[in-house]
Amino acid sequence: MTMMYQPNPIPAPAQEKGNEPFWDAAKLGKFLIKKCKACGQTHWYPRELCPFCMGDTEWIEASGKGTIYSLSVMQRGNPNPYCIAYVSLDEGVTMMTQIVDCDLEALKIGQKVKLVFKPSEGDGPPVPMFTPM
Amino acid sequence: MSIRDKAYIVGAYEHPTRKAPDKSVAQLHAESARGALEDAGLTLSDIDGYFCAGDAPGLGMLNMADYMGLTKLRHVDSTETGGCSYLIHVSHAAQAIAAGKCDVALVTLAGRPRSAGSSGLQPRNWGSDLPDVPFEAPFGSVTVNSYAMVAARHMYEFGTTAEQLAWVKVAASHHAQHNPHAMLRDVVTVEDVVNSPLVSTPLHRLDCCVVSDGGGALIIARPEIAKSLKRPLVKLLGAGEAVKGQLGGHVDLTYSAARFSGAAAFKEAGVTPQDIKYASIYDSFTITVIMQLEDLGFCKKGEGGKFVADGNLISGVGKLPFNTDGGGLCNNHPANRGGITKVIEAVRQLRGEAHPAVQVKNCDIALAHGTGGFLGSRHGSATLIMERN
Repeated sequence: MTMMYQPNPIPAPAQEKGNEPFWDAAKLGKFLIKKCKACGQTHWYPRELCPFCMGDTEWIEASGKGTIYSLSVMQRGNPNPYCIAYVSLDEGVTMMTQIVDCDLEALKIGQKVKLVFKPSEGDGPPVPMFTPM
Repeated sequence: MSIRDKAYIVGAYEHPTRKAPDKSVAQLHAESARGALEDAGLTLSDIDGYFCAGDAPGLGMLNMADYMGLTKLRHVDSTETGGCSYLIHVSHAAQAIAAGKCDVALVTLAGRPRSAGSSGLQPRNWGSDLPDVPFEAPFGSVTVNSYAMVAARHMYEFGTTAEQLAWVKVAASHHAQHNPHAMLRDVVTVEDVVNSPLVSTPLHRLDCCVVSDGGGALIIARPEIAKSLKRPLVKLLGAGEAVKGQLGGHVDLTYSAARFSGAAAFKEAGVTPQDIKYASIYDSFTITVIMQLEDLGFCKKGEGGKFVADGNLISGVGKLPFNTDGGGLCNNHPANRGGITKVIEAVRQLRGEAHPAVQVKNCDIALAHGTGGFLGSRHGSATLIMERN
């Protein structure tokens, strides 16, 4: 059995205070994460204050490569099934996302994946998703 | 200061409705409160402490205190940790009583998600100005797939199977058959669960709790008042609360905040998991139970699947009778928040008032545990340990 990815409408992310640079970069195909200027640690989701030391943070460009930490293929409540996942980035943080453009039934924890931006509804910015390498 | 021996649960009431399209949420709260007061043998004017959470309409505390006519309040608390709020309320009520801030505390919960068509399949609207939402909402994050990702990781790390998850539901259904108010009273098998439709892998429909309207209420009182009443005495021994999130991106789905709330509660109570004769364990999904049993110390981390298998949670059959009302999986999950019903069934067990078919013999010490929010992203945990006097 296969379950090829078919897109659902992606609700446009609310562009909250402080996160505009992330979405502006996404429109240019760049994937940013936050790093602490004081302790040097990366974190996710992006914050203005480091969740490890409360230091000020800055944006850095990430590789867009990672590994599936966990996943679930949702089969109810939407036009098409979709695979929500946590992906552990090579930069050391784990983010919620979706795995797309593949057979959803064949996906496995531990699998290597790479970033792919997908358009959101209306005039919304592209959102970071992943697909198998 | 400890809450040990400082307060008693003197009233407990579970609203019998499971579908209430013609009642307001406030009315369900009030009917639950009335039931708990009648159970305790107390009246409205005895209440000087009130606790409610996010299910209460409007401004919650203010609206409900006004609606119910609570005019003598000198201690209020609307701690909100999702479905486990009400276990924390019991703990905070005991703290307030111990500190002399109130004598008789009321806790209420009610909601109508079944009538409103609200389930774990659709995103909740948390409003704006929430930095996490833009990085979760676009990916279709809802209740069921949050817990499903926890289950998937548990299977990957520890070899837990769909059949082991199913045993949690099977045990709940064995209990629910004796509860005339339970939404689902048919006994199911492991095969029934694993053959039910997949909702979000690896969770099947029968791994998920019911969506029900309803409510519940509890009354907590100081020892002198409790001993003046005619009901069997249920004393609080210990409590713990904790929260856990995504840890700044160091996500770890293999444990929950129950690890901390449970340890605190056992320490305060001065007992161990081996002393617990009955456990109410929050069962939003089957995986929730396995995770909590491990983190509370009923078995080793990763062995929850083996622990629940072969009927080990069935009263009269297994080592740890759980959720003898049928739990959220079969009986009731009012307001999509199962914390209060966990305490209510533990009180029934300690009083010897559970259904005779599921009543645990010599039930002198019981535990109730809740998980609120989303196990896969951010959640609260609350543990209570109670003793029959």
